[in-house]
Amino acid sequence: MNPEDSLLTDELREEFEQTMLASERLEAQFHDIEQQHQAASLGMWAFLATEVMFFGTLFLGVYVYRHAYPDAFEKASERLNWLIGGINTVVLLVSSLTVVLAVHYASLGRRKPLVVFLTLTMLLGLCFLSLKGLEYYIDYLENLIPGWKFEPQEWVQAGLRPDQVPNVRLFFSFYWIMTSLHALHVTIGVGAMAVLMVLAWRGHFSPAYYIPVDVTALYWHFVDIVWIFLLPTLYLMGTHHWGK
Amino acid sequence: MIAEIALFPTAASTTAAAVDRLLLFLVAVCGGVGLLVACLMIFFCVVYRRRPGETGNPPETHASHALEWFWTITPLAIFMVMFLWGAEVYLGAYRAPDNAMPIYVVGKQWMWKFQHPEGQREIDALHSLFIPDFRIHMDLLPERYTSVWFQATRPGIYRLFCSQYCGTNHAGMIGTVIALEPADYERWLRLGAEGSLALQGRKTFLKYLCASCHSADASARAPLLENLFDKPVYLSDGSVVTADENYLRESIIYPSAKIVAGYENIMPTFKGQISEEEIIEIIGFIKSLTPGAMPKRVEEYPPPTTTPPINTKD
Amino acid sequence: MATQAIEQPPVPAAPEMPQETYLNAARGVFSWLLTKDHKRIAILYLIPVTLMFFVGGAAIAVSRLNLMTPEGGLVEPDTYNKLFTIHGVVMIFFFLVPVIPTVLGNFLLPMMIGAKDLAFPRINLLSWYLYMLGAGWATIAVLAGGVDTGWTFYTPYSSQASHYNVVMTMTGGVIAGFSSLLTGLNFIVTVHWLRAPGLTWFRLPIFVWATYATSFIFLLAVPVLAMALIMVIIERALHFGIFDPALGGDPLLFQHLFWFYSHPAVYIMILPAMGVVSEVIPCFARKQLYGYKFVAYSSFGIACLGFFVWAHHMFVAGISMYAAMIFSSLTFLVAVPSAIKVFNWTATLYKGSISFEAPMLFALGFIALFTMGGLTGLFLATLGMDMHVHDTYFVVAHFHFIMVGGTVLGYMAGLHYWWPKITGRMYSDWWSRIGAIVMFIGFFLTFLPQFVLGYNGMPRRTHMYVPEFQVWNVMSTAGASILGVGYILPLCYLIPSLWFGKPAGPNPWHATGLEWQTASPPPKENFASSPVVVRPPYQYHLEKAQNEP
Repeated sequence: MNPEDSLLTDELREEFEQTMLASERLEAQFHDIEQQHQAASLGMWAFLATEVMFFGTLFLGVYVYRHAYPDAFEKASERLNWLIGGINTVVLLVSSLTVVLAVHYASLGRRKPLVVFLTLTMLLGLCFLSLKGLEYYIDYLENLIPGWKFEPQEWVQAGLRPDQVPNVRLFFSFYWIMTSLHALHVTIGVGAMAVLMVLAWRGHFSPAYYIPVDVTALYWHFVDIVWIFLLPTLYLMGTHHWGK
Repeated sequence: MIAEIALFPTAASTTAAAVDRLLLFLVAVCGGVGLLVACLMIFFCVVYRRRPGETGNPPETHASHALEWFWTITPLAIFMVMFLWGAEVYLGAYRAPDNAMPIYVVGKQWMWKFQHPEGQREIDALHSLFIPDFRIHMDLLPERYTSVWFQATRPGIYRLFCSQYCGTNHAGMIGTVIALEPADYERWLRLGAEGSLALQGRKTFLKYLCASCHSADASARAPLLENLFDKPVYLSDGSVVTADENYLRESIIYPSAKIVAGYENIMPTFKGQISEEEIIEIIGFIKSLTPGAMPKRVEEYPPPTTTPPINTKD
Repeated sequence: MATQAIEQPPVPAAPEMPQETYLNAARGVFSWLLTKDHKRIAILYLIPVTLMFFVGGAAIAVSRLNLMTPEGGLVEPDTYNKLFTIHGVVMIFFFLVPVIPTVLGNFLLPMMIGAKDLAFPRINLLSWYLYMLGAGWATIAVLAGGVDTGWTFYTPYSSQASHYNVVMTMTGGVIAGFSSLLTGLNFIVTVHWLRAPGLTWFRLPIFVWATYATSFIFLLAVPVLAMALIMVIIERALHFGIFDPALGGDPLLFQHLFWFYSHPAVYIMILPAMGVVSEVIPCFARKQLYGYKFVAYSSFGIACLGFFVWAHHMFVAGISMYAAMIFSSLTFLVAVPSAIKVFNWTATLYKGSISFEAPMLFALGFIALFTMGGLTGLFLATLGMDMHVHDTYFVVAHFHFIMVGGTVLGYMAGLHYWWPKITGRMYSDWWSRIGAIVMFIGFFLTFLPQFVLGYNGMPRRTHMYVPEFQVWNVMSTAGASILGVGYILPLCYLIPSLWFGKPAGPNPWHATGLEWQTASPPPKENFASSPVVVRPPYQYHLEKAQNEP
């Protein structure tokens, strides 16, 4: 039969190939890729619920102690680097935009924009981590690591009583634990983006099958949201006093 | 009063009597319901057991919604009665009446100290004061006072345990509480007057030269402590607090936390110098301070000729 | 004279073992260690979970021996403290929490909904590896000297003062926690998306409802415990104090975080067992479950309300009186759904046709002991009572009635009920009934005296006690030895059945439920073709009678 006589148009052939690709990804327990996609989505949402409880425990701890030791916590919070924190917030928000666009292009089957936006997301994540590293280094220089590099006297000079200085250490325990845990999650996200980038470049995804992009984007949004809560909780504790 | 086989603990306090009445109620209700369920189950298992040769299955039955709601609402109602009765007993046990005599307890690994302590405070583990015959229980926490009260109803020797696991010798952290008739207690007090808390506190107060500022002179640089306990205190930032045990303790350890209105922030902290037990003694002394009882600056330990009153709440 | 042959009805052939099952679908160690088959993963869980049960049991056996005399002395105080800690940690984190969900849940959940596997088979395998890692880590911690904080790990003792392997044990617990979290996640997605056509929510067996409700608790409670333990680990290892009183840390914060998980955890332990009982009772009474919707909703009610009662473990810990009253009233609320279930199970027996094989004996024992445990829980919910019996043997007796009388008997009921499905073999009817009875009697003798001990004032976690408590302690230890025999007995008849048991056939109990519509043991893909469900569960009046061939 002459190829020009075939009823199979280019679009149809493309769709057929991608459906075949997708069927290779279909797992035995699902009856179609749509069901698999919905299950994966629900799975990621359920996992994010656990992460909310995980981080939420730390947030609860900060709020409880902040209520008990307001002066010490506010003074400690003022010493955090809000500039880097602010820039990082913008970085993450933009990265959420790029990852949304990645999912959009994945659903359309547009390979090149997909790769571009996955790469951008990854780079923004790396940018966040670099700035975080810089911030940590500055914190080290400024003696903000209790148990390792910390000067109680500084805090007495700043206006706290000697008995409040241990509470400052409490604040910084939370700061280091919460931001490190968040940075760890960002690192995992960056790694996942890198893997997705390579797979996308190899043409692994199609409009019929882009589940990994979708669920990883969900994870990335969550990591962003955690930061949105972290910033005011840790960095902006004393700001209601500005202007007093 | 210590039996060879523990069958039922002595009821040796007013709280104990209340708890035992509550027990009776709970055993009656729960026992009754439990017995009902058990009898029904046994009855059904016997009457509806499958006989040999029996074939076929029982016909379909339909659940009665009325029955379902009945056995939902009825337990709920019974539970509310249990809750209210239990809450009443609990509130009675933890709200001390005004004329309760304070006894201070310090728990350390692995001993108890009552009233006559020495040594430094350590933060090691949580402990819990448990006197079964009084039916009372209260955890001890670092950096805070918790409290529970009882009124003994019969003289005797009663066991005291630690019931919050606290390490190696948790099981050995036991003691005895000796309840005396009021007349016997007075006699014991007089004989052991030297040990009374207010007197010890007076000595500690003088030892740390508190009197040098907290005297009753007109030119005193520090607030007057007579008649202070449980009264409102006006602070320099405009707020008011009650001078309870926690406030007094904080004023000794972190004096600049709250400054009394009209006074300077000049009190030094005694953190690290004074032990937890000595703070308790001083608080006991302050509680006992009636107007005019403040020691003069130059006074040096002479004990008063009569036992100072243990509590004065005017 | 002509003789007439009397026609006998044809005797159906005895069932035979199926040719191809999940057990022989692939061979070799790696086909097991890298399996994605939920049925094989269930077997993979069965072995370490059973091992951990006996480890925890051995620990407490030594403790109970030590408690024969008031002065103790069989082991050093520190050793005794480590033994009860190991008992609690191992039994709760590595046996009671995982056992029914990972062994019975993994095997049966997909089959009960007509699916080929769970939603995420590889995550299921990961869960098993995490469990093994956590259990291994905790075992190493035990061998390296143990830990003596009690399974509740209260600070500041655990974060500051204990000299033993707190970090190692906690790490094992955290890892095992992630294992159960992923299992819960898998179950939720499976029940949502993989139900067979026609299987609406209110046609699901109660075991599925129970497992589904339990999975929500896994999802929401485990992370809080994981973080609380991690905070203590960081405090001990890096000296970043969170609970350190010297920095202003609050020991009560740890207690709140710990119990926020550990109270829902007890519902993790009991809900699946209630699910098992809800399957077994209708089958052996040959009647549908009374009040199916109420029982289904009550599973959810228990899971939800269970999140709001944690501070009833802290009534005398220093919380305010108002908090105590709120938590006490909420605790009474959560008791209502459990009561509903007990009444519904009892009503299922009414006008039934009851037989007493081992699964039914275990299930009936469950109802009796769980009811008693639950009623004594009311004592503890009552503020005026708890202030006396808190942290005494009364509490110990209460939770053992629920966990052993409840969860263990429920697990035994499920194991005996579904053993033919899992292995394709029947076990000795006679010995299994004896096992059930011995376990029940041993349990009663062990834990009933402890109520007396508790009210009389014997505190928990003590290696020695005052002389007047001795009689009850001896009685309890004697009961424990009988209970031990009861636990060994199943090993003696279940294991031999693997080789010598009669082939069971697809549905030896003539039970309803999709899992019984396929061969025993099932083939790898569970069903030859996807089943379609057209009727509600437990329609026993439409089934064959149990004693029909």
